[in-house]
Amino acid sequence: MPLLSLLIWLPILGGVAVLLAGDQRPAVARALSLLVTVVALALCVPLYNGFDTSSAAMQFVEKTVWIETFNVNYHLGVDGFSVPLILLTAFFGPLIVLAGWEVIQTKVHQYMAAFLIMEGLMVGVFSALDGLLFYIFFEAMLIPMFLVIGMWGGPRRVYATIKFFLYTFLGSVFMLVGIIYLYNQADTWSIQAWHDLPLGMTAQTALFLGFLAAFAVKIPMFPVHTWLPDAHVEAPTGGSVILAAIMLKIGGYGFLRFSLPITPDAAASLDGFVIALSLIAIVYIGFVALVQKDMKKLIAYSSVSHMGFVTLGIFIAFGIVRSTGATQGAGLGMEGAMVQMISHGFISGALFLCVGVLYDRVHSREISAYGGVANTMPWFAFFSVLFFMANAGLPGTSGFVGEFMVILASFRANFWYAFAAGLTLILGAAYSLWLVKRVVFGEVGNSDVAALEDINRREAVVLGTLAVAVLFIGLWPAPLIELMDASVGELLEHIVQTKLN
Amino acid sequence: MLIAAPEMLVLVMTCLILCVDTFLREDRRGIIHGLAMLTVVFAAIITLRHDPLVEGQAVVTAFNDMFVRDDMADTLKLFAYATLALVFVYAKHYLRTFGMFRADFYTLSLFSLLGVMLLISANSLIMIYLGLELSALAGYAMVAYDRGSSRGSESAMKYFILGSMASGLLLYGMSMVYGATGSLSLPTIAEAVRVSGGDDILLVVGLVFMVVGIAFKLGLVPFHMWAPDVYDGAPLAATLFIATVPKLAAFAMAYRILVGGLGDMHGDWQQMLSVLAVLSLVVGNLAAIVQTNIRRMLAYSTISHMGFVILGLLPGTTYGYGAGLFYVVVYALMSAAAFGTLILLSGQGKDVTELEDLKGLNQHNGWYAAIMAMVMFSMAGVPVFVGFFAKLLVIKAVLDAGMLPLAILAVVFSVIGAFYYLRVVKLMYFDEPDTDLRIEAPIDFSAAISLNGVLMLGLGLFSGSLIALCMASFPA
Repeated sequence: MPLLSLLIWLPILGGVAVLLAGDQRPAVARALSLLVTVVALALCVPLYNGFDTSSAAMQFVEKTVWIETFNVNYHLGVDGFSVPLILLTAFFGPLIVLAGWEVIQTKVHQYMAAFLIMEGLMVGVFSALDGLLFYIFFEAMLIPMFLVIGMWGGPRRVYATIKFFLYTFLGSVFMLVGIIYLYNQADTWSIQAWHDLPLGMTAQTALFLGFLAAFAVKIPMFPVHTWLPDAHVEAPTGGSVILAAIMLKIGGYGFLRFSLPITPDAAASLDGFVIALSLIAIVYIGFVALVQKDMKKLIAYSSVSHMGFVTLGIFIAFGIVRSTGATQGAGLGMEGAMVQMISHGFISGALFLCVGVLYDRVHSREISAYGGVANTMPWFAFFSVLFFMANAGLPGTSGFVGEFMVILASFRANFWYAFAAGLTLILGAAYSLWLVKRVVFGEVGNSDVAALEDINRREAVVLGTLAVAVLFIGLWPAPLIELMDASVGELLEHIVQTKLN
Repeated sequence: MLIAAPEMLVLVMTCLILCVDTFLREDRRGIIHGLAMLTVVFAAIITLRHDPLVEGQAVVTAFNDMFVRDDMADTLKLFAYATLALVFVYAKHYLRTFGMFRADFYTLSLFSLLGVMLLISANSLIMIYLGLELSALAGYAMVAYDRGSSRGSESAMKYFILGSMASGLLLYGMSMVYGATGSLSLPTIAEAVRVSGGDDILLVVGLVFMVVGIAFKLGLVPFHMWAPDVYDGAPLAATLFIATVPKLAAFAMAYRILVGGLGDMHGDWQQMLSVLAVLSLVVGNLAAIVQTNIRRMLAYSTISHMGFVILGLLPGTTYGYGAGLFYVVVYALMSAAAFGTLILLSGQGKDVTELEDLKGLNQHNGWYAAIMAMVMFSMAGVPVFVGFFAKLLVIKAVLDAGMLPLAILAVVFSVIGAFYYLRVVKLMYFDEPDTDLRIEAPIDFSAAISLNGVLMLGLGLFSGSLIALCMASFPA
């Protein structure tokens, strides 16, 4: 069974079907979307079960010629880096549909279709093994997101969505030039073949910077993160969730799939630069998050800060290899980065859903518009406190695992890296808990809050599922780490070998 | 079979339509439309037909070597027919709505098609000039098709004067090339240039003038001034025609003259074309951003697209020619769909001119909005729409030739260009409509525009065969 193709095309075709359901039948659109996403999630069971964690090789490979004159193949496959992210994507599918269930009232079919198509495209990004195919999924994803933010977003949605589109588009065209260059050199679009392609230092540096332009914007890294707060603030809840939970991860995935293995020497020589940017993101953006008045903005900045851990964990590997001469320790950082990606997916998704719950009731995202929510919404308070604690990296939640692994790894490279990264434990706690204090606890702030109703069953299901996920990864991360272990090891073996000559 | 059979068919049928029209009652004009469509369809059948005379030969010539039929000619002609068929369907609705449904539009388009076909198959400078003038003269008349419109007449005048000047320059260049090589036949010229090495000042000056003529025809900066005014001033049906079919011929003309005739002066024309391409990308994209009039915006966008087409010719490789051909074919289809949508929205005695006129289209009709959105994303070069592959092939050809700065410039300006395409999508999807627009279209119109829109996606998903066709159109 072509499992990956099913995971890609079932949501996309499902999205088309939902579109055909039309404007007049929102109930049909909702039910069909839920069905499609649940089936897609169910398809992940054979994916997970059939995945051989002891092997770093690509699995579930599908390969068909797509554009013959141009050597483009429809080439799919997954390894330890892509499986967790695909699972994450499919996991969020039904949640997004449920989160928008009665909140979205206009153009329901287009809303649901956009998310379904996006889900398929994102799975495509994570499973493409053909460079051009990857790029196509990578770019095509922008269209539904552009429409989602622009059509169902807040007051400044047009500005935010065009900024989002153009930023990402500008970043990725440099990557396009890069992959065309690689194709001209290697005469194939196969990413795996590119991994083994010898390249000179100049070419590697140029390619590395091209990839960096694409992925740094996507993840996003300081200083090209400025589109993210705007996009998050204006996007509808579902859009924010997908953006934070999955789309940002594509940047990190890109580093692991392209930058490191294709241009290892350039990555090794420029790792200081990326690490510096990551640390700035962790510390400086952490402070920026502290002063936000808008809840979504705060979470957005916190995302940038947390994604700094991902890039730090990935690029710290070179420093560790240099200082210890062995690759064992480097794996810790890289696995930490992957765990951080998954965990941040759950936590940030959950946080945006929490804000969405409040926003749907009060129609404000300002922190000052709330206060004492716990008095009227005890269950909501329970969930949001849990998720904000996880965001602060509380042990026992998934937020702790990834951050701890990365900090531990960075000790082996440089004490000061670890010191700066460790600051996030303080900063993250500060901005998360301060927000909780101002919004959830205290006296009932105003009449709006007094009139709040607690979360309904639909919201409880969504938040409860995420709470389970956050705690599961936090208490028992072993299955997740096991998934990626072999691939991380192989990648490390690969990047310590020079590709010059 | 006759080598120039499609051309003869078009000529005969056009004359027939002229005659039939004089005997036709006003309410039976639909017959003209039918005849014109039949002409195009039969021309396509004849072009596609397996020709025993041509069998086994990649290139056949006729009329004392003035006319050539090769793979590129067949490919371009087929797409010219296809585009013209779309133009006819869209234009019929427009002309009917605005009470201008006369046979003239059809005869002019078909004469112009004949010129386009001759230009595509030209193997001699004389034939290039004949084809060019035949297609251009019909075009001038079409711009002035709405006799009552002073803007239309003004545009036609502007187009005519500038066009004549460009033709004059082209002729002047031809005369110099003739003086330097002693021949009007492109293969002979090519041979003479090869022998002399192209190191002849007369030839270079002649080349300059001919490049100007080509640049005018394609609408490249700085010879683009006519495009926005003509696109804006002409009736939409005429704009639709001018923006599509003649561009195919302009590509052929550039290829025939520069590659076929003066291929050995590649180093010279490469530099000239680089400047034209860069200027077109820069000016076209930047000027399009500030337009509030959608037709002027599309005119500037055309200019930048033609910059891309020229980028394909630049490297002087068969791969690049294939990329340029693919681009121009895709452009013709995209442009047809874009102007088709504008025609769809025109009505109640008013042409669509302003970007604002598209406001809230998604509220009125989600399907037509989706078509226009697909066209816009395709023009912006967002995958998986076919416009992306067009840009991809051109950029690859440019990178193959080692011209990295040009490739970077091209991609950066396509991002800048994405802005104004996104603005159209924004207007259609994010804004509320402020008029109560009623969209009505006959069944053939909605079928054609739906097909045209779906092609944006379909040709993207299954771009393989079209790419292969374009690449195979040039001898390796």
